[in-house]
Amino acid sequence: MRNPLSSTIVNIKPSGIRKFFDIASEMDDVISLGVGEPDFDTPWHIRDEGIYSLEKGKTSYTSNAGLKELKEEIAKFLNRHYELKYDPNKEIIVTVGGSEAIDIAMRAMLDPGDEVLIPQPSYVSYEPCCILANGTPVIIELKAENEFRLTAEELEAAITPKTKLLVLPFPNNPTGAIMERKDLEAIAKVIEKYDLYVLSDEIYSELTYAEESHVSIASLPGMWERTILINGFSKSHSMTGWRLGYACGPEVILKQMLKIHQFAIMCAPTTSQYAAVEAMRHGDEDVAKMRDEYNIRRRYLIKRFREMGIDCFEALGAFYVFPCIKQFGMTSDEFATALLKQKKVCVVPGTAFGNSGEGFLRISYAYSLENLKIALDRMEEFVKELGESK
Amino acid sequence: MREQILNLIEKNSRIDVAELALRVGTDEAAVLNELEAMEQERVICGYHTLIDWDKVGVEKATALIEVRVTPQRGMGFDKVAERIYNYPEVSSIYLISGGFDFMVIIEGKTLREVAQFVSEKLAPMDTVLSTKTNFILKKYKDYGTVLAKPGKDERELVN
Repeated sequence: MRNPLSSTIVNIKPSGIRKFFDIASEMDDVISLGVGEPDFDTPWHIRDEGIYSLEKGKTSYTSNAGLKELKEEIAKFLNRHYELKYDPNKEIIVTVGGSEAIDIAMRAMLDPGDEVLIPQPSYVSYEPCCILANGTPVIIELKAENEFRLTAEELEAAITPKTKLLVLPFPNNPTGAIMERKDLEAIAKVIEKYDLYVLSDEIYSELTYAEESHVSIASLPGMWERTILINGFSKSHSMTGWRLGYACGPEVILKQMLKIHQFAIMCAPTTSQYAAVEAMRHGDEDVAKMRDEYNIRRRYLIKRFREMGIDCFEALGAFYVFPCIKQFGMTSDEFATALLKQKKVCVVPGTAFGNSGEGFLRISYAYSLENLKIALDRMEEFVKELGESK
Repeated sequence: MREQILNLIEKNSRIDVAELALRVGTDEAAVLNELEAMEQERVICGYHTLIDWDKVGVEKATALIEVRVTPQRGMGFDKVAERIYNYPEVSSIYLISGGFDFMVIIEGKTLREVAQFVSEKLAPMDTVLSTKTNFILKKYKDYGTVLAKPGKDERELVN
């Protein structure tokens, strides 16, 4: 028989997160700090709207780009929170999670040979999506000394005549790093100078803990025209399982993205879209409550790591901290494996998000404070024993 | 700081001082001082426990009693309330707006015991015009807490 597979997909490595899941799921009493999704249930009033829409029989497709009222609410939300202006009729597509938006944006924008700059450590899907869209990924290794922000120098150094698109994944999974206004202004100049486009994945935009709230690069002068903005409901409104996100940007790009979406997906889930209308209209307070709770946990974790003598920079976004474990003379993978086997605490090695994550761990605080305490006590024991055995 | 502390201990009076300090963003000594001051001032009036007695198999009968009264000369509602709340059987009493005056909550071992209290003690009081006794059949949620077991964390271990 002939080989049934495409060599492109066969050559793509599976996600490094998977390995730890496989070990951990075989063990009992594991405390995990490994998830990338909120621990809160979707607020009841949002779930209730989903149920209500089912009761009313709202079970057909919506238009390809999404429910009109949802797109209008998204436009209002983006304006209210980030001073962004998008025309709900032409400049917003509702997608199956932010993930689909990443995929269709790359496929709509890339020709073979186009280079895509991907800062790492970052979420695992940019590189494979780029390859599947025939693009050439070029990795920018972010540095701890810059608190894993992207600098103008790093960006400029990675640009070649083939560079077309920059992926901008902030607030960042796995580092928790953010880009403040001044950081964005610095890279915006480079983006304009080299005539690049930006795929700005702002799925964690509602979860930042700095004094200044999140700034979208699309709100900077000259950047709107160059930016595909990706966001969604999963992290902000604790709606991961509803699979709902959106992409916004200039009509000329969105029109082509909509074609792919139309042929591959048809439309995002209808029930989820009705629930999301409620999330946009009356969910700001829920988000604020969850953000306050995350922030308390964040401060607790950073304090605990520092008390253990582990270097942990002040991560100001998402729900991750990214402590450095280089002092123990082990790789991230070795450290995480030993921690899991000896203390039954599951964390994800930084290398699952790119080589520049070596020497770091992704610690999620999408867990109750009670859980975090137990996990951190176990980690403290582990670190002590490492010190003694030296 | 007071309001923050109160909101937290209202939900969980056993929260430890270290966690209170962390959540409020101060040190433990300051939290302890504030707690003590609020106990002194009777802002904090007690630390009770929310119990689902059904699960223990202990019989309890609780009734919400709507009471209409005539406040008498020289003794307003407060005096009438006092005569009612001094009975240890009364667990709560509220002055209410609307069609009646007091909502009295009585807890007894049996329906009969509660009914007896109403007919022998409460209803015959001079000032009481009428009573209407509503027995609780099942408690679903009390003081903001759903009594059924919370669902498990069903997220994958890693993702």
